[in-house]
Amino acid sequence: MKTGAYRRKKITNVVVHGCLALLSIIWVFPLIWVVLTSFRAGKGSYSKNFIPEEFTISNYTRLFTETGVFDFPQWFVNTFVVAIFSCLLGTFFIISIAYVMSRLRFPARKGMLNIALILGMFPGFMAMIAIYYIFKGIGMTEGVLKLVSLVLIYAGGSGILQFYVAKGFFDTIPKGLDEAAYIDGANKWEVFTRITIPLSKPIIVYTVLTSFIAPWTDFILAKVIIGSEAKYYTVAIGLWNMLEKENIYQWYTRFAAGAVCVSIPIAILYVLMQRCYSDALSGAVKG
Amino acid sequence: MAKKNKIRKEVTVQNAFRNGDIFTRLSFLVMGLGNLKNRQIVKGILFLLSEVIFIAYLCMGGIGLLRGLVTLGTSTGEEVFNEQKQVYEYTQGDNSMLFLFYGLLAVFAVVFFVILWVCSVRSAYTAQLMREKGKEIPTFKEDVKSLLNENIHKLLLSAPVACVFAFTILPLIFMALIAFTNFDRNHQPPGKLFHWVGLDNFAKLFESSSGLGYAFWHVLGWTIVWAVFATALNYILGIILAMVINREDTRCKSFWRFIFVLSIAVPQFVSLLIMRTMLQPEGAVNALLQQFGLIDSALPFWTNTTWARVTIIIVNLWVGIPFTMIQTTGILQNIPKELYEAAKVDGANAVIRFVKITLPYMLFVTTPYLITQFIGNINNFNVIYLLTKGAPASMEYHNGTAGKTDLLVTWLYKLTIDFKDYNYGAVISIAVFVLSAVFSLLAYRHTGAFKNEEGFQ
Repeated sequence: MKTGAYRRKKITNVVVHGCLALLSIIWVFPLIWVVLTSFRAGKGSYSKNFIPEEFTISNYTRLFTETGVFDFPQWFVNTFVVAIFSCLLGTFFIISIAYVMSRLRFPARKGMLNIALILGMFPGFMAMIAIYYIFKGIGMTEGVLKLVSLVLIYAGGSGILQFYVAKGFFDTIPKGLDEAAYIDGANKWEVFTRITIPLSKPIIVYTVLTSFIAPWTDFILAKVIIGSEAKYYTVAIGLWNMLEKENIYQWYTRFAAGAVCVSIPIAILYVLMQRCYSDALSGAVKG
Repeated sequence: MAKKNKIRKEVTVQNAFRNGDIFTRLSFLVMGLGNLKNRQIVKGILFLLSEVIFIAYLCMGGIGLLRGLVTLGTSTGEEVFNEQKQVYEYTQGDNSMLFLFYGLLAVFAVVFFVILWVCSVRSAYTAQLMREKGKEIPTFKEDVKSLLNENIHKLLLSAPVACVFAFTILPLIFMALIAFTNFDRNHQPPGKLFHWVGLDNFAKLFESSSGLGYAFWHVLGWTIVWAVFATALNYILGIILAMVINREDTRCKSFWRFIFVLSIAVPQFVSLLIMRTMLQPEGAVNALLQQFGLIDSALPFWTNTTWARVTIIIVNLWVGIPFTMIQTTGILQNIPKELYEAAKVDGANAVIRFVKITLPYMLFVTTPYLITQFIGNINNFNVIYLLTKGAPASMEYHNGTAGKTDLLVTWLYKLTIDFKDYNYGAVISIAVFVLSAVFSLLAYRHTGAFKNEEGFQ
């Protein structure tokens, strides 16, 4: 009897691990495939073999040196600059709102929270099209101003309404800490900068990372604002363009190289962000 | 604190008019007068200045802009003969879009001014009350200093609120207004005018006999089918995956978790674009299957309607399952072990335990998450646009503006960006908003966080 149960358990374990292994292969398959493609010699999206016959790094070198048609390094710089600025501005906005809504009580507070909820229900896309026309109307979609517009919208657009995670974090900081500081004569600004912010490292890092990653992965807003001027592309639109019908044959392997170059840093940041998120969920002050 | 609230309650525009002295009452007409009288010089001058600027704005063109909002422009561009140069010249006509935009800005300016006016009246009345009660009236310097203390919310919120106004509220109202105009591909400024048409667009879009209405109801139907399947399958399979990984006997838990997290850490546009090329008729998957001799001709992943729809849902599983797994792992561990033990003793097998214990518990805890996901899927632009762009195209759908896998949001994108039918796009936006709002309301009424916000403080 005992051996029977033991054997059954063993069989279940083998089956479970087998299934997991199979699933893992399915999940990793596209990723490995793109890495292999990025080292493949030759052109086109079609390849007879899963493992390329000939390996080369020329896809990477050509991606960064042949900038006549598609200027990948320029896109990389564009995205990086946009990401840095929108991350600084966006983090400041989100942390400010979250702090105010969580710690302070003032007459308009409840109303503002409700308005934020309602605004969050509109399809983000709806505002996007109108923003494009408004920005076009006031001349913000010309030349380098496109990138400025992107920063403004990433930092100040609908992303701002995502302050609820940070607010939830601030809600967990005991109010007693603030009150003790007030008794010692601190004003609210000092409490905010000297007590709340130092205690909020996980949520600040989380916010910084989310708003830094957004411009790298966002596709639609950048496409609407930037249009067809290749000089101001971000990596997402640039890579998307490489796969358009007229480019795919020439550019497919270089697309794979570009995708690898973007994905590795973003994936690392993403994993870090997940860790901060779970730290943040477990609250500010432990014990 | 209580005393302060009392003053605040007492200070209303009504009371200011009823009980104010002559200066407070005059502040109704000349803003800042009451402050000036009570030696709040800078504050008074600022109020006065803003009134002057506002009146100047109205005289210099603000009224014209407001009128423009009603007419949306009257003159189209035309050719005029220039006597001096002896040539025909093209005059710039009115641009209805800019009329709408600047008119809307003018309305905002008026609203803003009214708010400022209320502030000034209340400020004058407050100053009067404080003087009557023999209190120190705060100087401008003290007012500024208070921004770091009791008024810190005004300091911290001003920039974000301004941004929300500029980048969310203003565009949303602008777009909502367009839904009531005939701003379509035949009325493109500059050169042509569009005007207000009331509810015509709504009628056209919701009437199922017109080509547009036919497309709308079918796209809406697919949107809901997609959202239900995408949400439900991701949710259930994600939970099962999380449970399998967290089983006591599963080895290398963090390794498995890492593998699945990896796939969502890669930017979505990369993984989806790869999927798209892999599933092309001549893509890697078809090539491999043909090489193994499993199929004779390429499978129509993106070209056949049913295949495309099912493929999208399956590819979305690849994206969504790991996500659910991360979100639910923690909650699953909170399910009391005794429940499972008791069920086992009663002879329930794994499937029954999942359906009777795990699912009800998870549904109870994660309903808000589920509904957010559902709304996210209704608005899931990325997956559809990057995988199929809405293809296969269908001529039945409003002359091919929408394809068989288009969601409302991707159709909206095509209508506005590719076909320039802004009015219909706007109506669809409003429809999507109503759809999301209904589900959001359901979600928020369920969350404890909403009901009892301060429970943990």
